[in-house]
Amino acid sequence: MTMQFNDETFRDDYTYRNSPEAIRRFPFPFDQDSYMYSVNLEPHAGGREGTPFNKRFDVDEHYVSEMRDRAITLADDPLRCQSLPHMELAGWDFLELVMDSKAEDYPDLFSLTKDGDRWHWVNRPLGIEQRFTFLDPTTLPCGPLEYITRQTQGDHALLDQREGNLWMDAGMVTSQADWSLDFDVGMNFFEWHAPVPKAHEMGIFQRALKFLLALPLSKPSRRLNWTLTVNPRLDTSPENYHKWGPEKRTVTPENVGAKQHLRVELQTLWRLPRSNAIAFPIRGYLASMEDLTTLPKWGRRLHRVLRDLPDELADYKGFTVNRPMIVDYLSKFDDGVPTSAGIYPDETGL
Amino acid sequence: MTSQMLRVAEVEVLTPLVKRFRFEHPEGKTLPLFSGGAHVVVEMEDGETLRRNAYSLISDPQDGSGYEIAVRREDRGRGGSRFMHTKVSEGDPLRVNAPVNLFALDLRARKHVLIAGGIGITPFLAQLRQLTRLQLPFELHYAARSRAEAAGLKLLPQAPMIQVHLSEEGNRLDPGAILAHQPLGTHVYTCGPEGLIVGVEDAAQRLNWPKDVFHSEAFLSPPPGKPFTVTLTRSGLTLTVAPNQSLLEALEAAKVEIPWSCRGGACGRCETEVRSCKGRIAHHDHWLEDAEKSAQTKIMPCVSRFEGEELLLDR
Ligand code: HEM
Ligand code: FES
Repeated sequence: MTMQFNDETFRDDYTYRNSPEAIRRFPFPFDQDSYMYSVNLEPHAGGREGTPFNKRFDVDEHYVSEMRDRAITLADDPLRCQSLPHMELAGWDFLELVMDSKAEDYPDLFSLTKDGDRWHWVNRPLGIEQRFTFLDPTTLPCGPLEYITRQTQGDHALLDQREGNLWMDAGMVTSQADWSLDFDVGMNFFEWHAPVPKAHEMGIFQRALKFLLALPLSKPSRRLNWTLTVNPRLDTSPENYHKWGPEKRTVTPENVGAKQHLRVELQTLWRLPRSNAIAFPIRGYLASMEDLTTLPKWGRRLHRVLRDLPDELADYKGFTVNRPMIVDYLSKFDDGVPTSAGIYPDETGL
Repeated sequence: MTSQMLRVAEVEVLTPLVKRFRFEHPEGKTLPLFSGGAHVVVEMEDGETLRRNAYSLISDPQDGSGYEIAVRREDRGRGGSRFMHTKVSEGDPLRVNAPVNLFALDLRARKHVLIAGGIGITPFLAQLRQLTRLQLPFELHYAARSRAEAAGLKLLPQAPMIQVHLSEEGNRLDPGAILAHQPLGTHVYTCGPEGLIVGVEDAAQRLNWPKDVFHSEAFLSPPPGKPFTVTLTRSGLTLTVAPNQSLLEALEAAKVEIPWSCRGGACGRCETEVRSCKGRIAHHDHWLEDAEKSAQTKIMPCVSRFEGEELLLDR
């Protein structure tokens, strides 16, 4: 089946919409009725057919419009993509990983032909055809990381590994949940995680870092993270807080179901072969409360999770102001019936 | 752990004590590329015993057609290298784990100076191919006692930035002289006997090089020792660790689940809580802090041993 791509916006008039199929496959992040931070890492080795866990780099109906939104953000602020000079090799590693994966997983959308170092890449949805020489930056219109992440949904960080730590030395970050690459670039794992509440005391970052330092080749891992966003906006950056922060005040009991979105990040972790760096794609998915409550299990569970979430987490995730309104709206979808284990809705064949 | 069965494609005698082994995929598939300094763990079924030894990859990191290692026969070791030398021949299947790099190049360096002693040349053989491919400035110094013992001679290309120091020929390696005239931003990497590593570190300190430009890999293989007994609180087992066995190997032989990666005291994966220790832990790892070592509350079973009355572990 060939994929249909939406023509939609993530700013101004916000025409972003999920098809029923996109809702059904949404990576709902709660496997029980409550939430707390944990070292929630598992192998990224496929998943149920049709879910975002199935392919190495998920491509969905929002692909073309998301890439258009990234280009707008980059035109305003080129520092959203940065790569310290020693990270160029990691950029090539990542370019190869994405091209290989997409060409194998979506042969009707992408193709890659290699003749030694002479490569030929075709990206049909974006209408791109490129012949270039692998490891020769003069043969691409921009650096390898920027080149491939202008064609890959989600934000991406490349981490250099040295001195028993990971360093955020490169990235493409245009759809972040209120953090900044320009601020974090050059920081290590503990430094860039400093603002996160509770998790440090719980020992989560120490254990997670140990795991990542020993991340083997060809064995990617994944985890889910989430937050709430008003309007389907990708660029919720500190740099542009003045544009999206005030929108929190536009939520009313009447529009909360349509305006308030759950924003889920499917984060994957890949050891890169030549550079020994780690790639960290952060792939975001947005669904409104109205979308999610079409599936009764998710409506019930989302209500319970957001009602009972510790205040520090709600503060950190930035939805304390609207929390009573959101919980009130969701309570209408919670009849108190127990929910089944796991993240998948009961009604779909997934 | 990710491992695959590979086929021994070549065995070459480099010196009386060192052999080179080449592994390929049995169906000729490409193996994952790696970075210079990476090692693989090779699994050997030696009768009843499953040995797992880590060896640096010496082949071209950009070439996925095969992996190569060089193994020095250690007759006083636990038997892994002896097994490789006496029981492994061309055509044999061997299980090899995915490459892991704990001794990677720091690509921020303006120049890379690699200093190897003896069999410590192995990680640099791959790094030097990576540096050449990336066209980064480097020099490599290789010290060995004599021409006959220098396995690296057959594996190193002839090039002006590669220098061989043979002490028997009166050409001893002098770390101070090598480091004295390097440009700012140079990183130094050393691998070999403890004495060489300490010598290079001292020289770097004397010249006031910043700490983070010094990189070393002491290729640790678990030292043999006296047998000892260990009790496991979670599995309720009491085991005896044999002289030629590591504690990690004893746990594995008893089918106790325990994570590992480097098997050389460097990666931290096998770290284990000590519940009670009446005696002295011989810590051989580079992972635990000095304070943790003297507190005797943690042990790295891949390399460390014990002497005394009672050792209780949380496994
Ligand atoms: C190595 C790749 C990783 C990168 C680049 C990364 C980056 C980040 C960044 C930039 C933030 C936002 C911090 C801020 O508020 O400024 C964050 C938050 C967080 N990270 Fe990571 N992270 C990584 C891996 C992990 C792993 C492996 C875990 C845990 C197992 C983890 C757990 C968290 C948690 C719990 C938060 C708070 C999220 C929230 O409540 O919305 N991270 N991370
Ligand atoms: S396995 Fe790496 S320290 Fe023990």
